[in-house]
Amino acid sequence: MSVLRRGDVAAALLGAAWMAVLAVTVAVALSFATGAACRPVLWLALLIGAAAGPVLLRGTGFWPSFAVGLPIGLLTVLGLGPVAPGPEVGPIARTIVGVVVAVAAWAALAPTLRGLAPGPNDRHPFEASVIRFLTGFGYIFFTAIVAIPFWVMLMTSFKTRAEQVANPLDFGIDLSKGRDLFRSYEELFTQFDFGLYLLNSFGISVVTVLVTLLFAIPGAYAVARLRFKGQAAFSRGILLIYMVPMIVLALPIYIAFSVTGLRNTYVGILLIYPVTTIPVALYMLQGYFRGLPAEVEEAGLMDGLSRLAVIWKITLPLSLPALASVSLYVFMIAWNEFLLAFMLLDDPSKFTLTRGIAALNSSEIPRQHLMAGSVIATVPIMALFLGLERFMTKGLAAGSVKG
Amino acid sequence: MTDRSAPDAPVSATPADVAPPAAPTGRGPLARGEARLAWGLLLPTILIVSGVVILPLLAIFWISVKPVQLSDLRAPELVLREDLRRIDAPGDAGTWRFRLRNSSPDRELRDVSLTDVLPPGLALGDLPEPCAVEAGRLSCAFGDVPGGWRETLEIPATATDAFVLGLRVQDSAPATTASASSVLTDGTFTLANFARIFDGREFLDVLYATAFYTVVGTVGAIAMGLFAALLLDKSFRGQGLLRGLYLFPYVAPVIAVAFAWIILFDPFSGSANALLIRMGVTTEAINFFGERPLALIMVTVFEIWRYFPLSFLFILARMQSIPQDMYEAADMDGASPFQQFAWLSLPQLLGILSVLFLLRFIWTFNKFDDIFLLTGGSAGTRTLTVNVYEQAFAISNIGAGAAVAVVIFACLLAFSALFFRFISREEGL
Repeated sequence: MSVLRRGDVAAALLGAAWMAVLAVTVAVALSFATGAACRPVLWLALLIGAAAGPVLLRGTGFWPSFAVGLPIGLLTVLGLGPVAPGPEVGPIARTIVGVVVAVAAWAALAPTLRGLAPGPNDRHPFEASVIRFLTGFGYIFFTAIVAIPFWVMLMTSFKTRAEQVANPLDFGIDLSKGRDLFRSYEELFTQFDFGLYLLNSFGISVVTVLVTLLFAIPGAYAVARLRFKGQAAFSRGILLIYMVPMIVLALPIYIAFSVTGLRNTYVGILLIYPVTTIPVALYMLQGYFRGLPAEVEEAGLMDGLSRLAVIWKITLPLSLPALASVSLYVFMIAWNEFLLAFMLLDDPSKFTLTRGIAALNSSEIPRQHLMAGSVIATVPIMALFLGLERFMTKGLAAGSVKG
Repeated sequence: MTDRSAPDAPVSATPADVAPPAAPTGRGPLARGEARLAWGLLLPTILIVSGVVILPLLAIFWISVKPVQLSDLRAPELVLREDLRRIDAPGDAGTWRFRLRNSSPDRELRDVSLTDVLPPGLALGDLPEPCAVEAGRLSCAFGDVPGGWRETLEIPATATDAFVLGLRVQDSAPATTASASSVLTDGTFTLANFARIFDGREFLDVLYATAFYTVVGTVGAIAMGLFAALLLDKSFRGQGLLRGLYLFPYVAPVIAVAFAWIILFDPFSGSANALLIRMGVTTEAINFFGERPLALIMVTVFEIWRYFPLSFLFILARMQSIPQDMYEAADMDGASPFQQFAWLSLPQLLGILSVLFLLRFIWTFNKFDDIFLLTGGSAGTRTLTVNVYEQAFAISNIGAGAAVAVVIFACLLAFSALFFRFISREEGL
């Protein structure tokens, strides 16, 4: 281990690792940004990084930086650097690529190696450097894996099939198309009734939230505050029900609804959605109710309020934040619900958004529409989520292992 | 009642004498009222949950031993059409015709009969075999009829002077009786469903896919979540934004992100393939969701991608409640960052990690939508839950689907038992 901790060895290794990560990142980013091919050359990246590390270890001032940056930039322009632009990339673009790679290398390596001495190091500076590398890598990695699928969704919704096939690498959006850019959205709203689906989804989700709260608040209060036989068994039972997979229930529900004619009705959907959310709402709320000081409620009881009045006048106003979290979380479950809507709704005039999107998944309908539909379903829940992130995060953390 | 602590308690006291003073057993009137109120508050929930969860669960067990096909869900019916032929005016001779048929091609109808009031102004000729006229009503009894049965009754009739022009016999709808035994409720039982799903190679495939998906998906999501939580466990500008961004995969509707992945990894026009080909990693397009064993790996990666935010959120919440002075003390003692992670953070996080593991394990095991949307269960990605759908709807064998559901439920019970043994020792969740 102590060999690893020698400044030069550590710097060479970290430099090589960083350069490999950067090469892939820059190549992927440039490919997607410009649509031109740009490939990482891993063995060159490892070699160059291993050389650059020890140089930058000795100083990150102008000259050492220059001594590292210039060769990296020049090699890249010549096509021998960590990133090799394709043959169709012109000289000016190549220069830009070279500069980008050189600057990225410096910006990543210099801070990472800070505090590391060229000779032997003890664990602290060495591990701090490794952690800085892992942190940088982590940010790049997570941001990429989260952002790319969402960008693909958005971008595809703006592109015709021909544009998509012409260059799948191009992640750009052709803004010069103007209004035509939103053609899919227009068609979805005018020809595919997505306005109605949006309303359906919204209505069903809101009613689900209300019904869920109506059942879950008294139930959670009883489990949290009142003493009765079977209380412990009950709170476990809630969790147990929470673990029954939907597909197992969906089958008999499908049969029962087929026989009773509840398929294809809002009543049927609204009968089931709250049941899928009541256990989690009950579970989240009872946790919160337990945390409230019992003394306040006891004071209310002493003053002659009935239990129900205590719940209404004392407990509920105190638990508004929890109610907000639960409502948001339940709304999200209902909004995103796919399986039951897919199995129970066949009539296009009653579709929810998720069911509507599923109906777009056919070879006769362009994928542009499919993605535009996905964007329409994603944007409202995202907006709600970002706007009320504080509650949402709390709600998610409180009881939402479900997914 | 004798005070137990009294020093002069007689040695020969009967057990009743040394019993502790009546402890509040919770059966006083106040406690009874409280319990009543509690049950009252819980009753609506219990009713609706048992209606939509317990009943279907029982139904699953019932159906799993019944030979039910998807088409059996529509019970066979007697379909009847009635008309008057060649009779338009008084004096015309024609027929009063009934056409009957069994809507099911293969299941019998029992005690089929029809009765209808005689239309005014119609004199009937010879009645066909099963029919008779009694008190102004025509009644015909057919007994039990097989599946696919069709019958046309033609009753010769002559219009009398009382015949009303434009008479429509259809206006007086005949009353019919027919009872069908539904496979769902009759007494036929079979073990063929279980025999079918446990059938050799295919079942092993399903089991392997389930195990791989569940174990790798769970561990992967937790590991990624831990990594992400470590990244965000310091405050800096934009931390809230990044946290919001990293929660995206979980918050977005599954159908939207699943299709986005399908398009991203499309073998013909997908960006991922274009990138890999241009970078020289591969020479020809890879069918990510259509090849064994790549498809199973891809759906597992999707699962990890979609659910790492949850683990990350839980772990981050726990991390931020670890007292900071522990780290300061460790710093003073010369512990390096890795040592602090291994000897301080990890032990503190062990509780939440094990809870997360058990919960995520069960939930990944239960997952259906993701795989269903990504591959539909093809290319070796058919897990147990997807198999329920596959058997019940793709192969139209509801009974076999229910049998798979029973297997799932049995696994689940085993996991839950484990879970409750474990979780009772954990606080926090």
